[in-house]
Amino acid sequence: MSDRFSKDRRNFLLKGAALGCSAAASPLLTPVSFASAPWDTRLVVIILRGGMDGLDVVQPYGDPALRQLRSTLSIGPDHGATDLDGRFALHPGLDALLPLWNAGQLAFSHAVSTPYRDKRSHFDGQDLLEAGTGFAPGQPAPRDGWLNRMMQTMPNVQADTAYAIGREDLLLLTGNASVANWSPETKLSISPQAQRLLEVVYDADPLFQASILEALELTSAIEADLSETLEDDDSAAMTQMVQMATGASRTTIKLAEFAAQRLREDSRIAAFSINGWDTHRAQAGVLDKGLGTLADTILTLKAGLGDGLWGQTAVLAITEFGRTARENGTAGTDHGTGGAMLTAGGAVKGGKVYTNWPGLREGDLYQDRDLMPTEDVRAYLASVMRDLMGVSARDLETSIFPGLDMGDVGRVLL
Amino acid sequence: MAIENAIAAVRFGAGRHPNFPDPSGTDEMLVALAGPDQMAARYPIDSFDVLFPLQREIRRLSREAKKDKTHPAHAAKREIYKNERVRQVENLRALLARWADTKDPLRERLTRFWADHFTTIGRGGLTRRAVSLHVEDAVRPNLTERFADLLKAAVTHPMMLVYLDQARSVGPNSRVAIAQPNRGLNENLAREVLELHTLGVGAGYAQTDVRELAELFAGLTVHMNEGFRFNRRMAEPGAETVLGVSYGNAQPALTDIHKVLDDLAVHPATARHVATKLVRHFIDDSPPPEMVSAVEGAFNDTGGDLMAVYRALLNHPNAVFGPLKKAKQPFDIVATSLRAAGLSGAEIEQVSVPDILRYVVNPMRRMGQTWEVPTGPDGWPEDEAHWITPQGLAARIQWAMALGDIPGLTLPDPRTFLDHALGPLSTERLRFAVGAAESKSDGIGLVLASPDFQRR
Repeated sequence: MSDRFSKDRRNFLLKGAALGCSAAASPLLTPVSFASAPWDTRLVVIILRGGMDGLDVVQPYGDPALRQLRSTLSIGPDHGATDLDGRFALHPGLDALLPLWNAGQLAFSHAVSTPYRDKRSHFDGQDLLEAGTGFAPGQPAPRDGWLNRMMQTMPNVQADTAYAIGREDLLLLTGNASVANWSPETKLSISPQAQRLLEVVYDADPLFQASILEALELTSAIEADLSETLEDDDSAAMTQMVQMATGASRTTIKLAEFAAQRLREDSRIAAFSINGWDTHRAQAGVLDKGLGTLADTILTLKAGLGDGLWGQTAVLAITEFGRTARENGTAGTDHGTGGAMLTAGGAVKGGKVYTNWPGLREGDLYQDRDLMPTEDVRAYLASVMRDLMGVSARDLETSIFPGLDMGDVGRVLL
Repeated sequence: MAIENAIAAVRFGAGRHPNFPDPSGTDEMLVALAGPDQMAARYPIDSFDVLFPLQREIRRLSREAKKDKTHPAHAAKREIYKNERVRQVENLRALLARWADTKDPLRERLTRFWADHFTTIGRGGLTRRAVSLHVEDAVRPNLTERFADLLKAAVTHPMMLVYLDQARSVGPNSRVAIAQPNRGLNENLAREVLELHTLGVGAGYAQTDVRELAELFAGLTVHMNEGFRFNRRMAEPGAETVLGVSYGNAQPALTDIHKVLDDLAVHPATARHVATKLVRHFIDDSPPPEMVSAVEGAFNDTGGDLMAVYRALLNHPNAVFGPLKKAKQPFDIVATSLRAAGLSGAEIEQVSVPDILRYVVNPMRRMGQTWEVPTGPDGWPEDEAHWITPQGLAARIQWAMALGDIPGLTLPDPRTFLDHALGPLSTERLRFAVGAAESKSDGIGLVLASPDFQRR
């Protein structure tokens, strides 16, 4: 679905192959340059795959209809959730983030969704969340992601300005702007002779060629940075000290450690995903584990970035849809519509649940089933990009999220 | 002809083999597929049924140990779970052995295709490691039958019922729900049957169809001590309407569920969905429309006779023409490499479980394929760009260069290996590179890491 490398480079290679000219002679195949990006703030986007239940994570316990819809889930402050503002309570799985909430570094947007409706498919829902466009039925599947389109509007973007991290493909960062793709557990150590011969073998296949070049360049850049900084930098040690909640996924924590390490260098944007939010059954346990991982991920980023960088950082966690307002018959919830988004970081105007609350009574729900989305989650994403990196509203409403009306969505950043 | 036969071996089979000739055309592959499943007999994989006595044993041990973690019964329980982890690796090893020895390779490829179409992922307890048991019970024996047979077997199998939460779902007006008001419907399986297994997400169904199908499915359950069960006390009384057709009546019956699956199986949208997926999997990420039409036509003309469907694909005029457009998935890389190296199934069976973890499972994970754990019920992605990433390709190269580390495997001369693995499919630049490699392992690694070998 996505191009793994800067598409201008790949397009050149593809054209070069078609013309029969040697790609090895191409000026675009000189080593990728790594230099500082022209802005200082850091943005991390986390995709929560599976459909996080916003009504259980940020529980509208002040809404009396909640208890009629849910008997064992969204338990409220009387049963271990923490009151946030007299209306909403935080699921205990995120207890480790309460200090951030109290410090004004954690916020939620509630009753939000993309414009995706009705089929409630994870896979379409995720593709559209990452594409940020293409919601009209029958439109062709989008080929690039909104975060990549945002980068296309910024000057002097370098090959390592943005990192898509993990073993999987990330549509969110796919597109014409150059992006680095890497997984922290990958190693590549081959002899110089084998490397030269591989380059010969890959010369005729642009996909393989682009991938190997990027792999070699990233490997050497990452190793150089590591040998330079590890000794006098205590951030890595700090990261180790983050207390791991029970059951937190080590794999995910490693992604966050790697993201922080890259963001301490020249990178400005990192994105990765966390699975496991599809809580059809026994939601209490499954969600607790997922939230523990999410909390540790955010604290790992914070520790890895250090206080200085954390102060100019925003971490966004978004999901493809919320879940049914009613508990289903198996102590879980099914695919729904409106949900919640999490924003964390020193740049965040936190300690607040941003919402235009629709209510949960009969008639308030979407299709008598789901939390009614009252705001487009993309408006929040757009406002963060505007306030964090100075992206213009015009770019946000035309090329990044075509047709979006940001309206008067709350300013989530300081 | 040599090149077309080599393409058939790679595109529709388990790759080339040093001692077996390439198939003399796609007909030979179809004939083998119509015959008996010899590899399943030679390298058996257990049925899900083996888990039921183990489940009874776990129940017994749990009662005995109570909450006491120092009780010997607790250790015995842990031992059962550990054995299941071993079984999962042994089953992967059996698959590799089948791929190494088979002269009926289309069956192996179709097994992977349908296992992915009907993806299950282990949940808690004994199902955690049981994905291949579902494939062996439900997918493999039915992949030469009608699609309806395959669908019914795969969807109503205990593993699927547990994975997609059907086993706990009860109709809102069922006797169980009336007695226990906190229990009710779960629409997970119903949605995925429509979206993934039959019609496809683009087809004209609505949320009400999902809901009604979920109500019709209520009653499909698993008794983990005994196996599949249709439990009328969990079923929703009354008729349900799916895609405008009414199923069932006041007396819920399993036959109504079979009826709706039979109807969904031959729906034109299902034919289109399955045909598109087959062509995308075997031929090209962008499936050529004329091939999809041919396969779809065969599906519709025969009411989903899968042999006729495969014949339309393999005997299509363009079926054995290059170039090879697909990127092999990590499992295929490992399996076709071992086969090309001439490692026999018997030799593969000699590799220890820890070594399979070390040389197969962990490298596959680094290539982006954690064995039997895709991200969701839609299975593994097909797109080449998903797999040939900087990190994914690096892991493929690393594994290719270290093939000789696998116990029992003696590296041949790289030039001989090039001939065995690719023959007429190798390019001039690869032949040059292999000849110029400074070590045997680099030479073999170049062959395996080359696009010539990585594509199919």
